[in-house]
Amino acid sequence: MKNISIRLFVLFLFLSALATPSVRAEEPHKHGEEEKFNAGEMIMHHVADEHQWHFATIGHTHVTLPLPIIIYDTNKGLKIFSSSHFYHSADGTHEGYKMEHEHISALDGAKLYDFSITKNVASLIISFILLLTIFFTVAKSYKSRSGKSPKGLQSALEPIIVFIRDEVAKNNIGEKHYRRFVPYLLTLFFFIWINNLLGLIPGGANLTGNIAVTLTLALITFFVVNFNGKGTYWGHIFAMPGVPKWLLIIMTPVEIVGVFMKPFSLMVRLFANITAGHIILLSFLSMIFIFESLAVSPAVAIFSTFINLIELLVAALQAYIFTVLTASYIGAAVEEHHH
Amino acid sequence: MELVTPQLGLIFWQLVFFGILFFLLAKFAWKPILGSLQEREHQIQSALDLAEKTRADMAKMQSDNQKLLAEARAERDSILKAAKESADRIIAESKDKATVEGKRIIEDAREAINNERVALVAQMRKEMVTISLDIAEKVLRKELSDKTSQEKLVADLAKEARLN
Repeated sequence: MKNISIRLFVLFLFLSALATPSVRAEEPHKHGEEEKFNAGEMIMHHVADEHQWHFATIGHTHVTLPLPIIIYDTNKGLKIFSSSHFYHSADGTHEGYKMEHEHISALDGAKLYDFSITKNVASLIISFILLLTIFFTVAKSYKSRSGKSPKGLQSALEPIIVFIRDEVAKNNIGEKHYRRFVPYLLTLFFFIWINNLLGLIPGGANLTGNIAVTLTLALITFFVVNFNGKGTYWGHIFAMPGVPKWLLIIMTPVEIVGVFMKPFSLMVRLFANITAGHIILLSFLSMIFIFESLAVSPAVAIFSTFINLIELLVAALQAYIFTVLTASYIGAAVEEHHH
Repeated sequence: MELVTPQLGLIFWQLVFFGILFFLLAKFAWKPILGSLQEREHQIQSALDLAEKTRADMAKMQSDNQKLLAEARAERDSILKAAKESADRIIAESKDKATVEGKRIIEDAREAINNERVALVAQMRKEMVTISLDIAEKVLRKELSDKTSQEKLVADLAKEARLN
């Protein structure tokens, strides 16, 4: 445990060294007029991705970490520069590129592919390092303490690992095939869970509430399921046994749609649940600014704490649901004919 | 709407990092972890099996002991019974023998007493005859001291003898 905290501390130092927070004053024209607080805009801004990591605003000073912009220009090739160039320039342009509402376009109209390390990608990298650190440590303690009872982080995570293996993988996939899929299900569960939790940290990125991330995860599940589809699985899709021939005209399209609906529902479920949680939390916080009164803050504090606790539950629950559904889809795909 | 429009960049990075994460975790974390878990479960299972077997062995041994004990007890009982029987028999036999011996001794004694008595009676008879003869002689001597009475006796005896 001590080892981990030291590592995390080093990681934190490393990140803060990278950060070199560009403290900048807000553009003078903005605070000249009293801007009306727009809760919807604020919430959408917080839920969406951006090309810098905004930690806090103290007075009129933004504490942000600029992130690298990586764009592939079909005319000019790969371009890499700091996002601070966009945020610092008065008209939001840099080297012939313009960023509007976090969307980068070329001034000459060339087609761009944006591979920037956005806030979400940075968060993804942090979770990547975090997951590797946690599970390499745990794996090491399994080696060094082989034949002994688990201890520390190992004993904290072991029940979850065993739960995923036995209750999620074995129960849904079946004794014969489940072993192959346990590593994927474990990675999936812990990736979603850790990122859900990172998203709950104030200032954290809304990674698992981003449709691109859930789309990718759902796509991976889609390919894992369908590449492992056995005869029985395809048989149920194209020729549902025990169904009259004429009904297959209706059933087969429904089943084919189902093949795509399953990952689609995974994508939407995770995205909607996590984003909704963030929106509710931010809505409560917005009440202070909407009412422009300190009096509502106790109620807001109570409600937002309550929602935060629920979100902690949802973080684990959604990770579990995504994993268990993936396991059950795999289970349906690898199931063999028994009748 | 921006919120539900997936960005290509994020999909790309998500694929890259999730892929690497899966590969690294599968190879360096899940494999050793699941391996050790399975190994530990095997160990626990075999330890439990061994304990179960030991318990069965113990129970069997205990029942064997019980059986042995019961057998020993039965044997002891039978030995005791046999001993008692033989003791009884010996006692009865000696009692019988003693009775017979006693009877025999009594019989012998009785015989001896009888013989003794018969001899005694014979002796007494003999002595009594002698004594009687003596007495008779003495009486006769006194009776026949005068002549008349001698004659009378001879006469009586002659009479008697004739009649006979």
